[in-house]
This record gives sequence, structure tokens and C-alpha cells, in this order.
Amino acid sequence: MNSYDAIVIGAGHNGLTNAAFLAKAGLKVVVLEKNDYIGGAAVSRELHKDWIYSNCSYVCSLLRPEIFQALDLARHGLQVTPYGGSVTFMRNGDYLGSYWDHEVAHREMARHSRHDADAYQRFAAETMRQTRFIRDFLLRTPPDPTSFRYRDIKELLAIGRRVLEMDEEAIYDTLRFWTMSIGDYLDEFFECDVIKASLAGSGIIGTALGPYSPGSAYVLLHHYMGEVDGNIGAWGFARGGMGGVSNAIASALQAFGGEIRKEAEVQQIIVRNGKAAGVALASGEEVSAPIVVSNLDVRRTFLNVMDEKDLDSRFLERVRNFHIRGSSGKLNIALDGLPTFPALPKGSSLMHSDMHFIDSLERIERAYDDWKNKTWSRDPYVDMLIPTLTDPTMAPPGKHFMSCFVQYCPPELDTGEWTDQDRDAFGKTVIDQISEYSPDFKDLILHVEIRTPRELEQEIGLTEGNIFQGELTMDQLMFNRPIPGFAQYRAPVKGLYMCSSSTHPGGGVMAAPGANAAREILADLKRPNTVPENFGDD
Amino acid sequence: MSVAGKPVSERVLRTAFYSRTSEANLLNKWHSWRGYTTADAYYDASIEYFACRNATGVFDLCPMTKYRITGPDALAYLDRLVTRDMTRIKPGRVAYAVWCNDAGKVIDDGTIFHLSQGEYRLCAYGRHLAWLLAATLGFDVSVEEETDEIAALAVQGPTSCAILKDMGLDGIENLKPFGLTHFDHGQLMVSRTGFTGDLGYELWVERRFAENLWDRLFEAGRLRGIRAMGGDALDMARIEAGFLQAEVDFLPADQVVRPGRARSPYELGLGWLVDLEKANFNGRRALAREKAEGSSVWQMVKLVIEGNKPADASYIYAGTRKQVGFVTSAMWSPVAKQNIALATVKAPYGNNESNLHAEIYYQRELHWSRVMARCEVVDKPFWDPPRRRATPPADY
Repeated sequence: MNSYDAIVIGAGHNGLTNAAFLAKAGLKVVVLEKNDYIGGAAVSRELHKDWIYSNCSYVCSLLRPEIFQALDLARHGLQVTPYGGSVTFMRNGDYLGSYWDHEVAHREMARHSRHDADAYQRFAAETMRQTRFIRDFLLRTPPDPTSFRYRDIKELLAIGRRVLEMDEEAIYDTLRFWTMSIGDYLDEFFECDVIKASLAGSGIIGTALGPYSPGSAYVLLHHYMGEVDGNIGAWGFARGGMGGVSNAIASALQAFGGEIRKEAEVQQIIVRNGKAAGVALASGEEVSAPIVVSNLDVRRTFLNVMDEKDLDSRFLERVRNFHIRGSSGKLNIALDGLPTFPALPKGSSLMHSDMHFIDSLERIERAYDDWKNKTWSRDPYVDMLIPTLTDPTMAPPGKHFMSCFVQYCPPELDTGEWTDQDRDAFGKTVIDQISEYSPDFKDLILHVEIRTPRELEQEIGLTEGNIFQGELTMDQLMFNRPIPGFAQYRAPVKGLYMCSSSTHPGGGVMAAPGANAAREILADLKRPNTVPENFGDD
Repeated sequence: MSVAGKPVSERVLRTAFYSRTSEANLLNKWHSWRGYTTADAYYDASIEYFACRNATGVFDLCPMTKYRITGPDALAYLDRLVTRDMTRIKPGRVAYAVWCNDAGKVIDDGTIFHLSQGEYRLCAYGRHLAWLLAATLGFDVSVEEETDEIAALAVQGPTSCAILKDMGLDGIENLKPFGLTHFDHGQLMVSRTGFTGDLGYELWVERRFAENLWDRLFEAGRLRGIRAMGGDALDMARIEAGFLQAEVDFLPADQVVRPGRARSPYELGLGWLVDLEKANFNGRRALAREKAEGSSVWQMVKLVIEGNKPADASYIYAGTRKQVGFVTSAMWSPVAKQNIALATVKAPYGNNESNLHAEIYYQRELHWSRVMARCEVVDKPFWDPPRRRATPPADY
């Protein structure tokens, strides 16, 4: 009775997705979750009475529409509503708005720099060119460049063809783009500090890179390659919070006959005769299956829940070398009312948008310096949103939930491990920064949840609190993700697979790693594939 | 408080003539053109269209992007920027021009007004300040956007010259096509230009004089059939004239994402604007190569299509099987009594030997039908009346 066709470890959105596609193919699947709630980092939790917090991930764009459709997530209750724009508050009392409407956005940029307002067009086109390139590969298994198997050669040719289809200049730009910094990239188009600062956020969110660190330009792409209803680069709110995503996938999984067990922490992956045989739970119970899929990040999978003896030492060394650095924290706040931001005109649509409080690349770079010095940023990059202005389900009418993603926040402090006092001081830094632009903000706070890398690691198992389960740098992308030679979701042990964001195409609430891994498992089992193909942009 | 000027409004902007255009807009039909509210039609698009073919139509062209280019190197700067020889454009003359990126692909087309020695106005559909400023490197020139400061009206049609005479613009009848002149102590600039392919003028004033200009013009035109004309009517007129519309008939090179979607002047049928003999200009090397090798991939063609079903969004075939292109603008032409279109086809097929056909879908009482209609490639504009060039023009 404790025997399944497949076990998936971790009920985050990728684990659930993986299990759903396996169950859809007729496998008897169980998802084992250590917490008493599912969702991992795509979760909605009532941490203050009548308030629903998206207390980790907070917005939705990357979730592949093919998966949305194939798992019938709409019928399972998922609704994603787009929101638009951003505002960056400036030290001089001004602000830069980025509006949903293209013309208003242009006009506002022109208020700060007419040159940059017009330059945005070329920036948008060039960035879209890079975005289109990567979008093609999200629902595909990366090819192994050392292999001569037909499918690897075919997939390598597909990449080559996409490159050769570009104009000459675009090829040069692509090669540069993948390795350059977001700061250098923006400097090539824009002259105005605040415009660059407002665009740079997407190049650093979730990474331990500064705006002038090589490789950060790609991270921008990672935030631009999503969509809402075909609107590429758009972001939306999952109605009911990000748990709406996980709950809908879980519901789909259950409709296909899959099981989810909460409070079932896996202590050990059992390997017998060189093959995965099941798992041992912390409770001592054993669950057996010939297929074990880990949705834990690659470090936790191979260093925490496996016996090193079952793996080769060079492989383990590569696992230890996988970069998975914590760089961010989160504040989740229940508000008694809507805070005012006096710099904004009355009735501004910007209240519905992302808010930032850092107005130059230099300030962001200094914030990164703090991280290098093992302190949280004294002047942080905050990505703040009030989802309750759009979603009526997350707080009582007139009350609000505020989500503050904060960067940079190191996994360990110069004084040693994080303490509760450190955590509270970190939270105060963020609240003080927002208060500079919203004098009534502090008085409206009813409850705050502060999450540093320590909490993120302890509660939902993200190593160092890294939201992408591994840095999104060129050395860890495509066929190098997570480990060169192991990018096709198979672990070195037969029957053991990886489906977390540590695998291609990486982090974000995308569900692509989970789906891609399911396709590989079904291929190995010679079962019909249930995982959809890319819709394609053209 | 605010360092960069007062907050922008999220409401669509109003042009300098809004008090007059909103009064005239019985249909309350508007679209946003570069963020400015612009009439689609005021009473009826076809009546407005016939006003500009039969009497005079007036189009509010304030949202057109305008740049003031001045300085000792203004001429040298423009000559390097655009593909045609700007040294031939004397003060008081206007030039239609295109400018390209380094790869010889068109960024935009527009008109360049040589206002006086060393002083130019460039008008374009798109917004290009970043490109224009980048191109100033090495030139003693200043480029400033003046879109919002300058109000402009297109006054187009056979009675337009008579109306301007009645308005008191003495000697306007002597202004030749692509000429410009000033009135009212320089406050009013008039150019004999337009987007209709007919007799017509464009009037340019500082924003503060706009309403007064409108009132004088309409008072003078009262007995000569003057009417406000919206974007729908203008679009009909420009297709008949064979004029290209950026973002409709071609995509500006700096907006292109997919490979092969940008166009060279040759590919747009604008080879006559390229002067490979003049001093170096942006895209020259690429264009010289394209011309020498005959390596143009696309060709913009004017088509006269059999029958009367407009070929909007049609595929174009060589014969009836081989797909070779697509229509970008199409209409039934009321003045030419022809079914006309602008189309992009692969380069070797832009001729009458290719036996081109348009695949036309049309709807009658909700039901769709399809017809394959033969297309004839023509060189001349579909509508090109002699009055367009007559100086002095007749009164009607």
C-alpha cells in the first residue's frame, strides 16, 4: 500500500506539475511535502486573521500557458489578472512612473529625458529579440552538446538555426547580451539615472549579482520572457494569491488520481542496486517506487537527502560548487488602510503598480556592496506591491496586503548567523525606507511577517533562501543547469530525477522544469507523453 | 518639488485645435495618435474624403513629430543622416526623405523643411530623438523636439489655394510644390506639401496662434466647401496617392524584432531617394552593395486589382498557388474607380510577368466568400491630377 509508480519530493509548483503530468499518463503518483501546507514558494497563507499573504513569490508571468491549458488550471480555479506599470520614487521628491499605456509611459519618460523616451523603442525591440530566442526553449529539454544522439543533435541544430535566423548585428548582440551586465546594457541605450534604475530591477531580482555584475543582463530576460494571455513580458496577480497556482495544479493532480501527503518529510532517498527504490520519511516510514523525482534544489537533493556513497565524488563536487546564493528577503504586511504617497498625483494608476525606492544604478550597486560585506542593504532595492488594489480576495474591503521583496539580504551576517533581532532590524530598514515616501504608512501596519534567507531556508527549504534555486548565470543555464552532463532531468542514479528550479529553464513560477522532467520520465518509461509543446510565437 | 516638470496626465492629450475639432466631431470618434486625441471622422469619412478631392479637407496634424535642426553643420548633418542629396534643397524648399540605419534599413520617412540658411524642421511619423541625437556626434548642430510647440493643419483639395488667397495670403498661388513661405511677419509658415497627392498646403504656427488660424481658415473657406477631415479620410487619400505609411506599409528598423522584417529604401520603391554619388551617409555602404548585387529581398508594389472587393490583408500569389507576398493597404478608390492596394512581394515577383493574384476574403450578410483576383502592377500613383503640380493653381 506504500508502493507507487513514482514519488515526487516537495509539493512546490514544480513538484505538483511533474506529478500531475505523470498522473495524467496513468502513473500512480504521490507527492510528499514536509510542511502542513502545499505550494512551497507559490503559496497563500493566512498569517493574520482575514488576510491572505502571498508570502514568498507574489506575481505571476512565467507560468507557461501551455501548462495552464494542458492541466486545465482554469477549471481548477486559477485566474491570473494582469497588472501594469511601476513607479520609482526619487530622493529629490520626484518620481518616475512606468504606465500600462504606451503613450503615457512615453510622455512620463520624456518628462525625465526626451532622448531616453525615444531610445526605449529600440531597447524594447532588442530586448524582445533576446526574449523570443529564449522563449522557444522553455518547454524543451536542453540538448547535451557532447552527445551524438539524434535528439541532441536535432535540438542543438534548433538552437543553431535560431541563431542563424538572426541578422548579423543581432547575432553579435546576442553573444554580448548573454554575458554582459544589466548596467552596461542599459548604459548603451539610456542617459537618465532614474530610468536606468527603474529598468535595472529585473536584472538583479533574486540573484546575488549587482547591476554591473556580468551576466545580470540575462536575468532581465528571465523577468521579461513570461506573459499574460500572449502579452509577452506582462505580469499578473494570481487571484487569491500565488497559492492559487499551486492549489490549482494540486487539484488537477488529484483529478488525475494523484495523491498529496503533507507533513511527510523525506529524510532519505533509498537507492538499491544502483537504482532509486523509494524514500524514507522522517517518521521512519518507507515509501517505495521505482521512480523518485526530487523537487528540492540540487544541493539539498544530493547533499541532504542522499547517501554520498550512492554518488560519485566528482559529481558531488560539482553539486557543492553549484551557485545558490541567498540575496533577498521579504516583508509581508497587513495594512489597516491604503497608505498615501504624496509625490504621486491624486488617483494615479501607479498605486496599482510595482513600487521602488532607489533611483540610480549607483545606489543599487552600493546596496549590493552591503551584501558583499555580509550585511543587509541599508538602502535596499524594494519591489513593493499592493495586490489587494486588484485582488478583492486577500484582505477585507478597505484593508490591504502589501508585499515587499527586498534585496540585498545575505544568507549569513558578518556577525554570524541571523538572529531574531537582526531579522527585525532588517524589517525596520525596509519599513523606514518606504516611510520616507509614505508618511502614514507606519501607522497603518497591523502585522508584519519578515523573512530573511534564514526563514526561507528553514520554512520552505530554499537553500540560502535563493528564490531561483540556483543563480541564473551563463555557467548554470541551458545544458549547464544544474550540472554539466545532467541537464536532462536525470540524476546519476537510475530512476532518480530532478524537477526543481535548479534545472532548466530555472526559477520563477514557471512550472516548466516540472513539466520537462515529466516528459523525460515518461519517455524513459515508454509511456505516451502528456506534456504539451511550446505554443510558439510565430 | 518636481525636478523634471509637473506630473504627466494619464488622460489622452488634446491638440492645439481641440476646442475646434471637438466642436466639429459630430460622431465623437477619436483615436490616440502618439497620445493625442485625433478624429477618425467628424461626420462621415467618405464625405470628408470627397471634400479633399472635390473642395478642401482640413486635417489636424499637430501630433506629427517635429524636430528643429539648427547650427552651422545643420546641412552637413542632415546630408549624412538621410539618403538623398540635401545640398540641393535650398532655403524655402521641402524634401521628402528617408533615413536608414547602418545596415541600410529604413528607420523612417519624413519631410525636411529648409526654413532658412542653417535652419531646418524635420517632420516624421515616428519618434527618433535618440537616433537623431546619436547622429550629431562630430557635428556642430542642435536637434530639439518641437512637436507640442508647433501646431499644424493640412489644407488639401482643389479649392485650397483659393481659400488661402481669400484668407489674405497674398501670392500663395505662386508657391510651387515642395516650396515653403512665411506670412504674418513670419508667424505663419505655409508649405505646399501634403499626404493626399492632390493640390494642397500645410500651415504651421506656434501653438498659441492655433485656434485663430483655424477660425480664419474656416471663415475664408465657408463658400468653397471647406470641411474638417479625419484620419480615415486621409488614409484613403494617401493610399490613392501611393504614399507609404510607417507602421502600416513598413516597420521602422528600430522597432523590428524578427529577422528580415526591416526594409531598405530600394525594397520600399524609394530608390529614387538614394543618392549613392553624394558624400557618405548612414547606410550608404550597405545600400551600394544591395544595388550592385541586386540583393533586395522585397519589393513594394502598387496594385490595381480586378473586380471591386477591397484586398485588405490579402496574400499575394504568383499565379494562383505560390505565395509571394501580402497586402499592407487596400481600398476601393472612389476617384480612380479602381480596386487598389499597396503590397509587399518577394523581389523577383514585383512585375506583370508574375501573373499576381490577390486572395480576397469578403463578407456579405455575415457569410464569408473568397475570390482570387488578378493584380496589375502599376508604376504611377493611382491618383495624380495635374492640379497637384499647377502653379498657379486654379481656384477649383
